[in-house]
Amino acid sequence: MLKRVLKAAAIVASASLLAVSAQAADVIKIGQVAPKSGPLAGGATVTQWPNVELWSKQVNAAGGLNVGGTKMMVEIVEYDDKTNPGEHIKAAQRLAEVDKVDFIVAPYGTGFNLAAAPIYAKYGYPQIAVSAISDKMPELTARYDNLFFTLGNTTSFTDSVIEILTDMRDAGTIGNRVAMVNVADAFGIELAEAARPKIKEAGFDIVYDKSYPLGTPDLSPIIKGAKDSKPDAFVAWSYPPDTFGLTEQAIIQDLDVKMYYTAVATCFPAFKGKFGSKIEGVFGAGGVNQGSPEIQAYFEAHKEMTGKDADAWASANTYVSLEILGQAIEGAGTLDRKAVTQYIKDNTFDTIMGPINFENQISNKYWTVGQWQDGKFRGVKSSQMDGAAPIVAKDGWN
Amino acid sequence: MSHGSDIKSLVWGAVLLLLAACVPLVANGYWMSIALTIAMFTVLATSWALFSGPTHYISLATAAFFGVGGYLVGTGMSDYNMGFWTMVVIAPVVGAVLAFLIGIATLRLSGVYFVIFTLGLAEMIRTLVSWIQNNFTGSRGLYVLTDLTEADIYIYLVILAAVVYLAGWWVNRSRIGFALRIIGNDEMVARHVGINTATSKVILFTFSGFIAALVGALIAPRYTYIEPNGVFSPEISFIVVIMALLGGTGRLWGPIVGVIPFALLQEFINANYSSYSTLVMGVAFLVIVYFLPKGVVGRIEQALATRRKSTW
Repeated sequence: MLKRVLKAAAIVASASLLAVSAQAADVIKIGQVAPKSGPLAGGATVTQWPNVELWSKQVNAAGGLNVGGTKMMVEIVEYDDKTNPGEHIKAAQRLAEVDKVDFIVAPYGTGFNLAAAPIYAKYGYPQIAVSAISDKMPELTARYDNLFFTLGNTTSFTDSVIEILTDMRDAGTIGNRVAMVNVADAFGIELAEAARPKIKEAGFDIVYDKSYPLGTPDLSPIIKGAKDSKPDAFVAWSYPPDTFGLTEQAIIQDLDVKMYYTAVATCFPAFKGKFGSKIEGVFGAGGVNQGSPEIQAYFEAHKEMTGKDADAWASANTYVSLEILGQAIEGAGTLDRKAVTQYIKDNTFDTIMGPINFENQISNKYWTVGQWQDGKFRGVKSSQMDGAAPIVAKDGWN
Repeated sequence: MSHGSDIKSLVWGAVLLLLAACVPLVANGYWMSIALTIAMFTVLATSWALFSGPTHYISLATAAFFGVGGYLVGTGMSDYNMGFWTMVVIAPVVGAVLAFLIGIATLRLSGVYFVIFTLGLAEMIRTLVSWIQNNFTGSRGLYVLTDLTEADIYIYLVILAAVVYLAGWWVNRSRIGFALRIIGNDEMVARHVGINTATSKVILFTFSGFIAALVGALIAPRYTYIEPNGVFSPEISFIVVIMALLGGTGRLWGPIVGVIPFALLQEFINANYSSYSTLVMGVAFLVIVYFLPKGVVGRIEQALATRRKSTW
């Protein structure tokens, strides 16, 4: 009797095991660790999470990815890293070893991409980083064979701003007086350091040069100081909270400059949501080709499927990184990560931002500066992108 | 504590540490990263308890020293082309000097004033670091690129744990340990019987600052890229306190009894109920304070004592 029961149990058990593995075979598991809480959560909920949702929904609605003749649906396994690198590393290990995901979506933030890189390299996951900007990219890609960069480097961001200053001076719109401020935190310091000598080299006078600590609640003294220095142009290497704070003060105190630039988050839908038509002519980091039908279709799908507006910069890049991953899996025709990584290195991908390929694991197609024009944030400076809008001068805060 | 039980606990400790050192032989990457987290918090919580246990001075400064360690490795390697090991030597010395200065300035404060001061300390140092970066050194990103694996770092931390245990064992037997216990019971009495309370406190506080900075330095390669906001995160200080209190600070091996279950619980919650982890942490803190005022260890000893009584 006991023997028979055991036998039956064994059959049931093996049958269910089979069922599980059969089910698993039809699904591509894709892991994502990014912040849902902590300081970076605000940015990630605009730029990162909705795109993972959008892409996976679209792929599954189309019947999945074609992997060597088999249609496979994608399943997202996601964890919150709480904007904590230690937590992120544990979650990345969990994805690889416990969930045994087939592929991963690169993390959000420079620090997190670098913290996770050794782990993803160890398991051979192609890591197409988006929200990671570094001047050490060649060194990092030499170190990690599976790591790709798509959003540009620090130097290109500062150079583009200086180009705009020079263009506007040549056109006679502005003079030589530049007020420059920065948030005293990693990326803000890095950008200010890179920009300072180059702005001077381009023949400008930095008439105001101040920094403020991250999280400064009241930025009115900064704007007041800038205003008192009577600048022609105002450049702020800022983070999301201070991009909003500085602009609010600039409006209140009527900082009258023909060129006004704030860095990160200027391209966010919430920026327009808060200031409306007053930000007409404001420059910011990022940009997108608003005239491209692919981008317009993407914005519509984003709104429809996630209920949120995409930002006018890294949202599209994030979506593109997933397009590349999907196309590489289909192109390689296998879930073998080595083959897929090699496919990414060797091929050009047809994306909503046009054709994209990698040279030494780095893509050189990205926007660097955009400007709010007629209520839309349009790319005006880029590295190798088509469709840049002409620059306009800022004409008051109306 | 009798001499015999001291020797016994030393032997037990040695056996456990040897076992701990074998973990990399059997653990896969996932368990290795959990073991590393446990090792890191074991060292931090134990060295924290060395000072805060006997004196009852709750220090929330762990993140300050931990952050100094991590930051110095980052800036040393990225901005000054120093080697990792050079910075590992420099960082804890800076941490100790800092702890010493802070100790001298604040350990005359007592009770809640001390707690509040240490809470603000990490934030103050983070801001100071940003200010220095912004005005003097500049920043091109703080990269810590080494070839160390998690298993390597784990082994270093286990060795460091051994050092901390030995130090703690020695302190408990020494005059300074005795002095600290009296300070914890009644500082006024301690002063009246001629104990130099300030010196004793400063020595132990400096030691725990040294260790926390060293842990921050050793763990830096795991993060690859140092962000001051990350390494100076006040959460580190709080978790260390919760873990140590959960285990119990009355015994040298108390904190680790708290670290292991807490780290595993945290991992379980993060893996399954990612969005509730802050809530669970708060509940854990309440439970510890209400039901385990002397920690798990205190509870166990209490239970053992009642059993012994009832068998008599």
